[in-house]
Amino acid sequence: MHEDDTFGAPPVQESPLRKDGTGKVRGTARYVADLSYPGMLHGATLRTRLPGGTVVSIMFDERIPWREYVVVTAKDVPGVNAVKMIDQDQPVLVETQFRHAGEPVVLIAHQDPEALARAVAAIHIEERACTTAPVFTIDDALQAGTRRIVAGNVYRDYLMVKGSVTDAEADTCHVFEGEYQTGAQEHLYIEPQGMIARVEDNVLTVEGSLQCPYYVHAALVAVTALPEERVRVQQCTTGGAFGGKEEYPSHIACHAALLTLKAGGRPVALIYRRSEDMAVTPKRHPSRSRVRLGATSDGRLRFIDIDFAIDGGAYLTLSPVVLSRGVIHAAGPYRCDNVRVRGRAVATNHPPFGAFRGFGAPQSIFALEVALDGLARALGIAPDVLRARNVLAPGDVSPAGQKIEGPLDMQRVIAQALEACRYHDKAEAYHRWNAAGRATRKGIGLATFYHGAGFTGNGELTLRSRAGLRVNAAGVVEILTSTTEMGQGMQTTLSWIVAEALRIPYEGVCMARPDTRDVPNSGPTVASRTCMVVGAILAQAAHKLIARLRADAALPSSYSYDEFRAACARLPTADGVTTVMADYRHPAGNDWDESTFQGSPYASFAWACYVAEVEIDTMTGEVRVLDFTAVQEVGRVIHPTVAAGQIEGGVVQGIGYALFEEVRFGADGQMANNRVTNYIIPTSADIPPIQVLFQESRHGAGPGGAAGIGELPMDGPAPAIINAINAALGTELRHVPAMPEHILAAMDRRTP
Amino acid sequence: MSWYAPRHLDEALALLAEHPGLIPIAGGTDVMVDGNAGAAGREYLSLAGVAGLRGVRETPAGLVIGALTTMTEIGRHPLVCRDLPALAASARATGAVAIQNRATLGGNIMNASPAADNPPVLLAYGALVVLMSAAGPRRVPYARFHSGYKETGRRPGEILGEILVPFPPLRAHHYFRKVGTRRAQSISKVGLAALLAGRPGAWECVRFGFASIAATPILACALAATITDTDHGLPRDEELAEALGRDIAARDDIRSTADYRRRVAMNLVREALAPWRLQGGFDASN
Ligand SMILES: Cc1cc2nc3c(=O)[nH]c(=O)nc-3n(C[C@H](O)[C@H](O)[C@H](O)COP(=O)(O)OP(=O)(O)OC[C@H]3O[C@@H](n4cnc5c(N)ncnc54)[C@H](O)[C@@H]3O)c2cc1C
Repeated sequence: MHEDDTFGAPPVQESPLRKDGTGKVRGTARYVADLSYPGMLHGATLRTRLPGGTVVSIMFDERIPWREYVVVTAKDVPGVNAVKMIDQDQPVLVETQFRHAGEPVVLIAHQDPEALARAVAAIHIEERACTTAPVFTIDDALQAGTRRIVAGNVYRDYLMVKGSVTDAEADTCHVFEGEYQTGAQEHLYIEPQGMIARVEDNVLTVEGSLQCPYYVHAALVAVTALPEERVRVQQCTTGGAFGGKEEYPSHIACHAALLTLKAGGRPVALIYRRSEDMAVTPKRHPSRSRVRLGATSDGRLRFIDIDFAIDGGAYLTLSPVVLSRGVIHAAGPYRCDNVRVRGRAVATNHPPFGAFRGFGAPQSIFALEVALDGLARALGIAPDVLRARNVLAPGDVSPAGQKIEGPLDMQRVIAQALEACRYHDKAEAYHRWNAAGRATRKGIGLATFYHGAGFTGNGELTLRSRAGLRVNAAGVVEILTSTTEMGQGMQTTLSWIVAEALRIPYEGVCMARPDTRDVPNSGPTVASRTCMVVGAILAQAAHKLIARLRADAALPSSYSYDEFRAACARLPTADGVTTVMADYRHPAGNDWDESTFQGSPYASFAWACYVAEVEIDTMTGEVRVLDFTAVQEVGRVIHPTVAAGQIEGGVVQGIGYALFEEVRFGADGQMANNRVTNYIIPTSADIPPIQVLFQESRHGAGPGGAAGIGELPMDGPAPAIINAINAALGTELRHVPAMPEHILAAMDRRTP
Repeated sequence: MSWYAPRHLDEALALLAEHPGLIPIAGGTDVMVDGNAGAAGREYLSLAGVAGLRGVRETPAGLVIGALTTMTEIGRHPLVCRDLPALAASARATGAVAIQNRATLGGNIMNASPAADNPPVLLAYGALVVLMSAAGPRRVPYARFHSGYKETGRRPGEILGEILVPFPPLRAHHYFRKVGTRRAQSISKVGLAALLAGRPGAWECVRFGFASIAATPILACALAATITDTDHGLPRDEELAEALGRDIAARDDIRSTADYRRRVAMNLVREALAPWRLQGGFDASN
């Protein structure tokens, strides 16, 4: 619970306009591809074609006047030739050995894009293949005798244990087991990735489409060996990210930086085309889960035993943290004394998989929630009853060992979801519809889940985020944070939090551009942490500012906006502005033991029950989602429109994940359908009415009791939809995406 | 890049006679998808401003549709909706609204994609295409127009001018269904249009046009023959499937599998024939 009493004062306006809205609607917002500098060069990247091997030689056709071009290879890397992430295993540019198709080898730049294209066609990279066949699936990678990318092809092997599954097995009555799979997913942000690098006043300056300015900054410092203060990173207006711009922007920034350094500081733009972006940038990790559930005949969970594996691709990148989140969420929000979750991140010859909204949780939650419906069928218990019987209640201890505290109540969430969609009436009506022998079948399905906000475990402690406020003599309050707007509404939510904490109008708050020279490191914009973590730091900063105004500028104890501004004008300053900073404070008692996976993995969770209703055409296997109900307990809603937008958008992305979005890999392990014509995301015509309902018990660690919500809506749609399809057809679909082709095949496999 | 924008048909045809390499462009919704559409050296002949190539008119034999008529116009045109409802439906299933506002029927035919949505309907309706050149017009039965993957019988110097669609029999079943990857903006995995009139033993018209199950849009002639050669009732499903198997050459590709395409194609044929099954009491249990 948030102990602060200044929150919850009646808001001035329910849902004020988005801070970033006008520029985007009027087309004045500038994305990186809109920028241009005098003498700017355009860059391109030449890549490996084989799924692992060695680069033997690079041939430059002599008909091209190479002096006109800037050409960069691994030899030109002044610092460490590795992209700074968790590990340093991934080269910025390949020297000789490589692990996947699509690894960068040569960078080239020229002022004229057509001359650039001619030169790209005139560079030939000769590659030698590995002697063994590449591995492209989790099972192949784990099998003995296949190609090894790292030892055993396992990057990380985690175990979360509570009680004893073995003991519970001895006296359990019903065991249900199944294997579940989820596919890769492409972010398909509207704006492809891109960066512009230049040297300005002796400072390497890189700007572009990105989520995490300080990640990019650290990567640039490592690769260029420049002192920190001679590297500057700025965010441009960013057209969507969803996790896809957490890590890869560091690669492009390093590439653009190497080009500009070699070009004597001339600006270089490295802007990806859609096809390149889709082929080489990370996607959601594919997963495979083997689930075993033990239950009493009245449906009480006795044990949960899961073997969870994700495909990390050819380099480690963010896989360890995706895996830990997946493992922690694998056993769901359920009361169960005996839990064992083993999680492995596996190496394959695909381009690395990476961060994507949900970060491992959608994968493991899918497996558990679909398995629970299987268990419900085996026991002859309704799926909603089975869940209501097992969800965590205040006082219970979660599978990771975290004590659940009221007033939040998952029973209330489930009850509201069932009522809002008229679950029982619908189930009955669909049953009748299906019995009538029409050309379509209908079904209803649900999923109950929670999603932890903020970095996992001690991540927030390590980050030690900082954010601040800057106020000028006119009383304009500027938020200083490296948190980035990418369409999610961050600017609006944080401005609202600050306005509320300062008790001034929303219009009086604005955002400083994320620029590493100007804003402190507030951590990356990921992990549903912005509102809860950065919001709380900013609320603290606001209180510091008020204290300062009171102490130094005689701000009255209760004040009007005019009095606030007048006090700002009175603040003694040297340069006309006053800056206050605040640091992250770890909630007391939130300890986490990384080695045993026990403790409090997250400061707070958002809890949800989602219900999907579907209609399947039995002639074609096409699925239509008829209706969708999303009920969530989020602690507190800050900005109703932004919050509802997050949920709706996540549900749409989840519908795509469940039914449409199939990443197809070519023989080289890269995405083969890397075009928007062939990688199918839902359009508005495929989207049902989405009913979004919030419960606000103020249980979260954020301002006024808010928890994070950004990733939550990605978790529920896929299992709810697959459960609805299985209910409608009597099938046993156990994977996403469930394409019409698979659905017809699953209907064939039914046993009468 | 060069751009010719004639206002009159004879002007356009004269330009094309002189520069047979000009690329005709109508709505541009296929041409512009090519990333190199603006490359140096490309020369376009824009037909958008040419008088007389756009619109729908009625003749005693049927409807004449100008090649430059857009999907939006076709989808709502009262004559098309009255006489050729399957074409109105296919036009409305092409892309989505913004595309329909620019995409032309002529462009859809001349792009010659096996997955295009309107060609199956024109095949089912027994359309003729009129090719125009400086030497004069030439009529070709549409069923003979697509000669191979992305190939047509267009000769140098020709443009597609009009599409003639004879009036269908009065009491006919017009069927169109596109099975795509999603409900709009999708390329079909299977498309079927059918025009069916008469009854077993006395069929007036049996034509099935398919998309996405062969290298070109195709008319399923073996399937039609199996039906018209059966005097009593409809052929059994196995017979239909066997005949359909001879007509189509479904393949695995990035969008679907051969197996799915064959299976759904057959299901759509059954759906198109459903009125006769039910009326004839034939296999009514299905
Ligand atoms: C987002 C999107 C979605 C789409 N969805 C669909 C869909 O669902 N179904 C579908 O079938 N198609 C779809 N298309 C493809 C396209 O819209 C259609 O094929 C459209 O009918 C093409 O018409 P156009 O006038 O734009 O042709 P253009 O692009 O102008 O021309 C297409 C081709 O025909 C030639 N041409 C055009 N007119 C003539 C003429 N009169 N004489 C000789 N040659 C000519 C051109 O040289 C070119 O080769 C889609 C395209 C896009 C971009």
